[in-house]
Amino acid sequence: MAKKNRLKDLSFGQRIYITEIAKGLGLTLKNMFKPKFTMQYPEVKFDPPASYRGRPVLAMEENGQERCVACGLCSRVCPALAIEVRATETENEKERYPEKFEINMLRCIFCGFCEEVCPEEAILMSKDYELAFTNREDAIYGKDKLLTPVSRLQDRINFVRQFK
Amino acid sequence: MGILELIIISLIKILVIATVMLLTVSYLVYFERKIAAWAQNRIGPNRVGPAGIFQPFADVLKLLLKEDIVPTAANKKLHTLAPMIALFVAFSTFAVLPIGPSFTAFGKVIPFVVADVNIGILYVLALTSLGVYAITFSGWSSGSKYSLLGGIRSSAQMISYEISMGFSVAGVILLAESLRPMAIVNAQSGWMWNIVLQPIGFITFLVSAFAETNRLPFDLPEAEPELVGGYHTEYSSMKFAAFFLSEYANMIISSALIVTLYLGGWQIPYLEMLNLSAGLVVTLQVLAFILKLVFIMFFFIWVRWSIPRFRYDQLMNIGWKVMFPLSLLNLIWVAILAMIL
Repeated sequence: MAKKNRLKDLSFGQRIYITEIAKGLGLTLKNMFKPKFTMQYPEVKFDPPASYRGRPVLAMEENGQERCVACGLCSRVCPALAIEVRATETENEKERYPEKFEINMLRCIFCGFCEEVCPEEAILMSKDYELAFTNREDAIYGKDKLLTPVSRLQDRINFVRQFK
Repeated sequence: MGILELIIISLIKILVIATVMLLTVSYLVYFERKIAAWAQNRIGPNRVGPAGIFQPFADVLKLLLKEDIVPTAANKKLHTLAPMIALFVAFSTFAVLPIGPSFTAFGKVIPFVVADVNIGILYVLALTSLGVYAITFSGWSSGSKYSLLGGIRSSAQMISYEISMGFSVAGVILLAESLRPMAIVNAQSGWMWNIVLQPIGFITFLVSAFAETNRLPFDLPEAEPELVGGYHTEYSSMKFAAFFLSEYANMIISSALIVTLYLGGWQIPYLEMLNLSAGLVVTLQVLAFILKLVFIMFFFIWVRWSIPRFRYDQLMNIGWKVMFPLSLLNLIWVAILAMIL
């Protein structure tokens, strides 16, 4: 930590403020001509890195089959109680799939616990950050909205495999 | 000049000045936001119109459409009166400040000022002191502790800085030997600007002007982290806009006062050597005044986004222990100077 300057430690120039004020003014003036950081949002969209935790989605294989086996771990671990899963069995023996999989996006806190706990790499955090609804019913995302092809989630899958 | 003629000419001048003031104030807000953005590596308002130039109109329209809320604990009359005083003071001060020299039109000599009063500077000082009432009234009548604290701070601050401001102005008056703003500007012809002759007075006046207009680094009456919004916490809609406008109008007036008193008003050094036509000279001088004004206003905004707020005890220390003695010193210096010149 820098040495704490008391009033008596300051030089005359610092004590009469003027030089310090001039320095401060110089700094702001210099910054006025620097390139701007602003992103013109609706026209220019932010492209998040793989580590970004956006809207959670369900992974869907190329043949249209979902990865989720309806174990319900995500639902159990969810601190905001946003996920609701109802399981059903498939025709194959000992195989299950979610009959109903709903995430309430008004409750979701984007913590990513569901993704961390998932044994099948089925629930993943996407890069989708534009979430606006006009009523509460629209905020509950069912399977129709959640299922996303794996090809679009490759970035995140690689990230999860590396760091999970 | 007949009395009717005088009234008509004055009315035209008032209309022009008031319109220009309102427009300048609204664009000052826009430039404040723009410069703030630039200083912070942002772009600033750029959505309403090209480069956001219609932003002030959108702001005013928004404020007009807001609900006007008067707290139940408020003193209704004073609560309504306060923003009116603020606006009145802010807009009537400009009447005595000359924008340019006298010019001849329709065979008459018309001074480039609404009222060429021979006690103009006294009038300005009186009206700016009246501005304290607006803030104190608004603070007291709102029935809120934050407003009250803001009002008290403001009155204490304005009274302390009025003194050093008055003494700095006294130096200018000593040299010009007149209280008439026109005469003060005329006394600063060539390079005899008061900023050159009495730099200490300029600094004390500049600092006092910052304190008088409640601008950062002396914006304690509305210190957001401590006082929510200060004296205008309980104001909304157009009443709030009135305070907002008067604050920026005060900034224009302080800048104009600095230009008139210290930067030679509309004077351009060595202009008479170029042998230009009378009309061109007047135009150039008015432009020079505006340019100086714009620079000082930019300086106001620039300082606001560079320097942090002073603590209350530091503010009082600077006011009484630094600025007041310095302005007295300046007065002595000017007295010596006046004997030599």
